[in-house]
Amino acid sequence: MRALTWHGKHNVQVDTVPDPQIVNPRDAIIKITATAICGSDLHLYDSMIPGMSNGDILGHEFMGVVEEVGPANTTLKRGDRVVVPFVIACGKCFFCDHKMPAACDNSNPAEKADASEIAYGYAMTGAFGYSHLTGGYAGGQAEYARVPYSDYGPIKIPDGIEDERVLFLSDIFPTGWMAAENAQIKPGDTVAIWGCGPVGLFAIKSAILMGAGRVIAIDHHPRRLELARQNGAEVLNYHEVKVREALMEMTAGIGPDSCIDAVGMEAHGFSPDNMVDAIKQETKILGTDRPHVLRETIMAVRKGGTVSVPGVYGGFADKWPIGAFMEKGLTLKTGQTHVQNYLPDLLQLILDGKIDTTDLISHRLPLEQAAEGYKNFKEKQNEWTKVVLLPH
Amino acid sequence: MSDNGLSTDAEVASPAFVDKKNVDGEHSATSIRAALINRPRSELYAFWRDFNNLPAFTENVRAVEVVDATRSRWTIAAPGGGDVDLESEITEDRPDEYIAWRSTEGSDIDHEGWIEFRDNAFGRGTEVRVFISYDPPAGALGKVVAKVMQREPRIQARRELRRFKQLMETGEVSTSRVPDAAPRAARHF
Repeated sequence: MRALTWHGKHNVQVDTVPDPQIVNPRDAIIKITATAICGSDLHLYDSMIPGMSNGDILGHEFMGVVEEVGPANTTLKRGDRVVVPFVIACGKCFFCDHKMPAACDNSNPAEKADASEIAYGYAMTGAFGYSHLTGGYAGGQAEYARVPYSDYGPIKIPDGIEDERVLFLSDIFPTGWMAAENAQIKPGDTVAIWGCGPVGLFAIKSAILMGAGRVIAIDHHPRRLELARQNGAEVLNYHEVKVREALMEMTAGIGPDSCIDAVGMEAHGFSPDNMVDAIKQETKILGTDRPHVLRETIMAVRKGGTVSVPGVYGGFADKWPIGAFMEKGLTLKTGQTHVQNYLPDLLQLILDGKIDTTDLISHRLPLEQAAEGYKNFKEKQNEWTKVVLLPH
Repeated sequence: MSDNGLSTDAEVASPAFVDKKNVDGEHSATSIRAALINRPRSELYAFWRDFNNLPAFTENVRAVEVVDATRSRWTIAAPGGGDVDLESEITEDRPDEYIAWRSTEGSDIDHEGWIEFRDNAFGRGTEVRVFISYDPPAGALGKVVAKVMQREPRIQARRELRRFKQLMETGEVSTSRVPDAAPRAARHF
């Protein structure tokens, strides 16, 4: 089959690779009809995530049609349309039992789990196409994918609804939704969201559905800010205003009730702290992450407020304002998304027409042009807001 | 054996905490590792007690032939390549709680191990602790080779216990082996 594979920093291409096979009783093979490039794939593209291997298939946002199921799978059958969560979870361990599938104990293969156990103290949960730290699973920017525990994760999609409307159930819709849920929004709250990429946009949509009184979105790309505005947010361009001063002004000095960091480890901007972080990050020794946005959220949020972090971080952050965090009495909530928990309710929101999940898509490309998609999604962020790849 | 009032409602003494001799082992390479497994204690004990099941989740025990109620012959992948044979004898067996075994004379390597099953006191399944200890075939050099080959006991114990947990909880052993479970492209630059 054809698949988008990683060969080093800014070096991805579509190669011919072997077809995946059913190897475990609960597996399924999915023929992929639509897949997307995620902002977090750019961290792999930029070689910011360790544990990548030359030849790995990328992609963790995908959907398709069930081609084949293993003998223990009683919930799926050939021909079912499904969206596949990016988190691979067994559905049986303590964590899955307690509605924390993104903390599943079993999905990272035993021989792959050592690396993250050393790095983070506990083994990471498996995920598709996201380095060998998360299990070395092949990703979904391909014609086919093997889906482990396929009787637990994938959600069936009724006929008559286009792929594009449901594809983002795989990651960015539940990720934006959980980001808003983690922000502990109460009706009438003011929520400030850094980053108007796909996760930030879904966090805006979700916060409004959850009853936020006011959403303020921060970015520097005019097109992305326009999308945020169309979704009901007030917007701040950090090239034009000082963000914290503007937020204090807009909230009459109290600050936002909640702040969401939908940027993560590769913050842009020419603030002094971020330029120093960028130099450290190049060394891979002095620092691995650029936590500029995380610092800014903690400084900007009101006393007793909540900071929610869907943005991806991978290593160590320097100059973390622990003093402000403690003295202001803040709550910080974060984590990889417990996708499986949200799927039935979020699918219903889509079917009921309560949310537009397609307005962020700027480009649709055949899989063969995936490398061009990566390059432009990285370099032309203003115009390339979301790329959907079509493998067949 | 629970003076601290916290440990268990299973009335099982854990060698891991009671008797240091049991975790030091007689051999040069030793390891202990614990896992919480979301299945009943009796089920876990029964699966492990049938040594025919070992190759389903161990990387290094390639084949097992059960000889009688306490003895079995194991074919083990040796650190430097090739196989070594080991005859294992069960030295202690408390149903649903504890199994200890050791190699008999005439085995290619000296080995001992035990596994303990305790109910978690707070209803979170079964606490499983595994201890393994052996003298590598070629002494100190063998230990280095074993480490390089990732057959060193600490690495083995944690991986085998992870696989045991996966198999018991999910019915299968997680894998991303190339190419059938996880295809990939050839390396190029």
